[in-house]
Order: sequence, then structure tokens, then C-alpha cells
Amino acid sequence: MKTLINLEKKINSELTSKINTTSIKHNQIYIEIDKEDLIDVTLFIKTNKDMKFRQLIDITVVDYPEQLQRFKIVYLFLSHEFNQRMILSYFITENEVISSLTSIFPSANWMEREVFDMYGVNFKDHPDLRRILTDYGFEGHPLRKDFPLTGHTEVRYNEEQKKVIKEPVKLEQNYRNFDYESPWEGTKYIKEQTDENDKKN
Amino acid sequence: MTKKIKNLNLNFGPQHPAAHGVLRLILELDGEVVEKADPHIGLLHRGTEKLIENKTYMQAVPYFDRLDYVAPMNQEHAFALAIEKILKIEVPIRAQLIRVMFCEIGRILSHILNVTTQALDVGALTPSLWGFEERETLMTFYERASGSRLHANYFRAGGVHQDLPAGLEDDIAKFCDSFPKIINDLENLLTDNRIFKQRNVDIGIVTKDDALDYSFSGVMIRGSGVPWDIRKSQPYDCYNQLEFKIPVGKNGDCYDRYLCRIEEMKESVFIIKQCLAKMEKGPVKSFDGKITPPSKKEIKQSMEALIHHFKLFTEGYRVPKDEIYTAVEAPKGEFGVYLISDGSSKPYKCKIRAPGFSHLQSMDYLIKGHMLADVPAVLGSLDIVFGEVDR
Repeated sequence: MKTLINLEKKINSELTSKINTTSIKHNQIYIEIDKEDLIDVTLFIKTNKDMKFRQLIDITVVDYPEQLQRFKIVYLFLSHEFNQRMILSYFITENEVISSLTSIFPSANWMEREVFDMYGVNFKDHPDLRRILTDYGFEGHPLRKDFPLTGHTEVRYNEEQKKVIKEPVKLEQNYRNFDYESPWEGTKYIKEQTDENDKKN
Repeated sequence: MTKKIKNLNLNFGPQHPAAHGVLRLILELDGEVVEKADPHIGLLHRGTEKLIENKTYMQAVPYFDRLDYVAPMNQEHAFALAIEKILKIEVPIRAQLIRVMFCEIGRILSHILNVTTQALDVGALTPSLWGFEERETLMTFYERASGSRLHANYFRAGGVHQDLPAGLEDDIAKFCDSFPKIINDLENLLTDNRIFKQRNVDIGIVTKDDALDYSFSGVMIRGSGVPWDIRKSQPYDCYNQLEFKIPVGKNGDCYDRYLCRIEEMKESVFIIKQCLAKMEKGPVKSFDGKITPPSKKEIKQSMEALIHHFKLFTEGYRVPKDEIYTAVEAPKGEFGVYLISDGSSKPYKCKIRAPGFSHLQSMDYLIKGHMLADVPAVLGSLDIVFGEVDR
């Protein structure tokens, strides 16, 4: 814990203008920066002799569709030498292009491809930005909050065309998302239905 | 007259026994030498993270079994720890010991599979027959504790689902006595075997620096001589009360990684023995009625328990707004869960960090300049399971 506080102090003093906020919880340090400073900050924490965050553990995105700056890009770093973990993050709007970390960490390659695939965030200077986890020819970005859980299309083998075809999803029963939080007033969707019926009448 | 020579493109998988699952590997060959490897993954993608966002915390646990299905409980452990840290709940010591014990059983399960199938890939059939017999025994332990051989769904935030049945501890102790002999038998077949060494020594060498740059973890980084194990460096549950050694390789080749796995199995047996020795009767889940379901007996007698039971299995427990990354040392490396809770009973975001994803990514770097026949050997020593790579 002591070392984390020292680390926080050091980061704040050396990178003053580039750091927005820092905090320590769960034995990890959380840092918020601006989009433009990503490369500088990562290079600094990777090479500085008192930090040595030599490993990029993961890159991911959190989607907040109701915000103007919709995506929160999150980088997880690990320093073997000092046994510390850092969580670096910044917010961007939907169509912003962000810089790639592949030149600093080769392992960022697939992680950024996954982010691109799942959230549709674009990276500049990425050597090979293709979809990675979804099917060839897939459309949409599945982990966005506005992408339905069931997806848009389903595939099946078509006997007449002798190939696998894509069709819009047809469900025998719709996905049922129960709202258990207010059992006495009736769940939300029933309330909405009754409200609608009241309006019609 | 000049003849144009073109490199050969070879499609390895997705249906190939040495691909260890559904991997499509596009290889560019110059004669028999691999010039470039481009793994295509995602053939087993099920959208686990999306599904978890739409389930309560308790309903999300089974998805973790289906990631690395060779060692299911290790994954559940990471998720349970993440929730426990946010909720700040204490886990009773017996539950911690049971969890650590089953994680080590998972490690043995995974390492047996990996070591023997790697031998199979380079031409030795017998180890897999011997090894799988032991895996079967271990999976019956899983079954007796949780009710299923593979998809256990056993760990909960605050402990484990239920106590061990009578007699299981004795049987695990018996296994610990007999298993070291099986490891010796496997070693007799492989460690000094001329063919096995010819196929693995100096193949797929990873230097220390590259292991760091490519985000390697687990055996992949220890094989290259970096003494890093989360069980030691950032101990979780009761690992800090147990004694065990971390085997580290020297050369970072496939053979060193094999040796590390063999040694780790021996250490795991040692850990399981310590867990059994320390285990005393006691509760196996936290007492907080808002998080752990009450027993059947309590439901019959107490109105409060009945209400808790109803609320837990409909709405689920709520987790306060927080953000956390928790990692455990899974058999394949660092398995992490990045969890964002928003105060409701469902996770807002749950990113799963699978070790195999970063390992497979380095395939191009590892295999460049090797012969085609080395591809299965390298792939085998990476220890890839597609459940976790594709998620």
C-alpha cells in the first residue's frame, strides 16, 4: 500500500499536466488521462525505472450509450518488478479514432482487434485491423449496449441452395427479462402495457 | 527459361486433431519452412461477456466453467474473488481450503491433458492413455463435490455451494499418495525419451523480454526464466498459508515448459495434501444472508430465511457501484476478470482476460523459421483451449 501511494505521488509529479485524476482502491492504481497523451504516458510508465509496467494485460472498452463521450477505453498494466497493477482509462466519443499501442506492446495487436470487433472503435497505425472473434462477414458490434442479446441474424444450412445462409432471427419465444426489483407495483413491462392500454381507452 | 516459385499457403485446421480445438491457422510455407502464420480464431465464440451482462451474478458462474473447460473451477475462482472484494465479505477458512484444493486439482487436470496431448502430437500414444485414467479419477472428485464432472458451478461469492460429501477427503488423500507414481511413469516415458527431446528441445524459444512484451503468463513466462506466479506474488484465499515452490525454466523452449508443467503437478499434489491436513469442520460459505442462500432446514423454520431465499433466486444480490480487476493463476496463466458493477444485481461489464488469447497471438513470432512439423509441437506447448480464447 505504501508503495502504491509513492507511485501515485510520482506519477502526479512527473506527468503533472497529462494526468486528470488518480485514485487507489483494491490495491490497484486507477488513472484517468486524455486521449492525446496515451502514447506518452504508456511509454513513460513502461520505461521509468521506478515503475516498469512491462506488461500490457488487457485492453477493453466500457460502453455508456447515454453519455456524449460514449466509450471508456481501459488499459490494464502489470509491473512484475514492483508487483503493482495499474488501470489506465479515458473517454472518447463514438467516431473518434485512437492511437494504437502496437509499437510499444506487440501484444496490443489482437487486443485492439478485439476492441474494434466488439465495439467498433477505430485505431490509427494498427498494422492489421480486422475482425477477430466474430464470423467472416459479420455486421455490427456485439458488445455495444444497443446490440440485442439475440443478435440480428441466425445461420442455417439451406438444402436447396446447398450452402449456409443468414436469416433474420426468429424466436419461438422472445427473450424474457424480468424486473424483480419492485414486485409490489408490478413489473415495468406490465406497467408500460397497462399504461398504453389506458391511453388507448 | 526461368521458373517462378511461389510460396505455398496451407490451411491448418479448423478440423485437425493437433489444432487442439477449432483453430484455423493459415501458414505460408517456403518449402517446409514456415514463413508466416495467421491464426483465425473465433470459431467457438459464444459471446460469454454479453451473456454475463444479462444475467445475475449467481447465474453468471456457469459461464466461467465453459471458458477453459479443462480446469473449470479455476475460472470460477477469479469471478468469486472479484465479487467478494467489492462486497468485502469474509470467506470461512474451510471454504478457502476447499477452493484452493479444487483449484489445484484443476491444475493437475489441465497439465495432464496438456503434457500427454503434447506427447501425442509428437508421436507418443501411451502417455495419454495413462494420463486420462487419472483425469477420470479427478473428475469423479469434481462430480462428488459439485454434481458434475466438468461444468461444476461450485464456487460462490462467499464460499462454495455445499460442503464436501463424507469420505471424499480420504479418497483425495489416497489419490495424493498414488499419483506421484503416475507422474514418475509419465516422466520415464517422456523426459529422457530421444524422440520427445528431438521434437521439443530448442523449439519455440521465447526470450525473457519477448515473454514480457507478448503478455505471456503462467508456464509460458516461467519457462523463460521469469519467476512470476500470482499465487506467490499477489496471494489470494489461503495461498499465503501454504508452502510450495515455483518451478522456473532456463531456455524458454517447448521442453522447458514441459518440465515446468511436470514439476507444477508435483507441487500441486503437495498443496492438496497441506489443504487436507489443515481442513477442519466448519462453515463453507459466508454467513451473510443477503448473499448466500439459506439451508433447506432454515427455510422451513424462518420467515426471514424464506424471504432471503426468494429474493436471492429471483432478483439476486446487488453489488455496489465499483470497478475492479482480479486475477488468479489458472493452469494456463493469468486469468483475470475486469468487473464493473452499477449497484444492480447484474454486472454492467465483465471483461474476461484469458491467458490463451495472448499466447496464441504470438504464434507468428514463435513459429517463423521453424519447420512445418514443429507447428503442432509449439501449439501443444502453448496450452491452448478454445473455450477461453474465443470466449
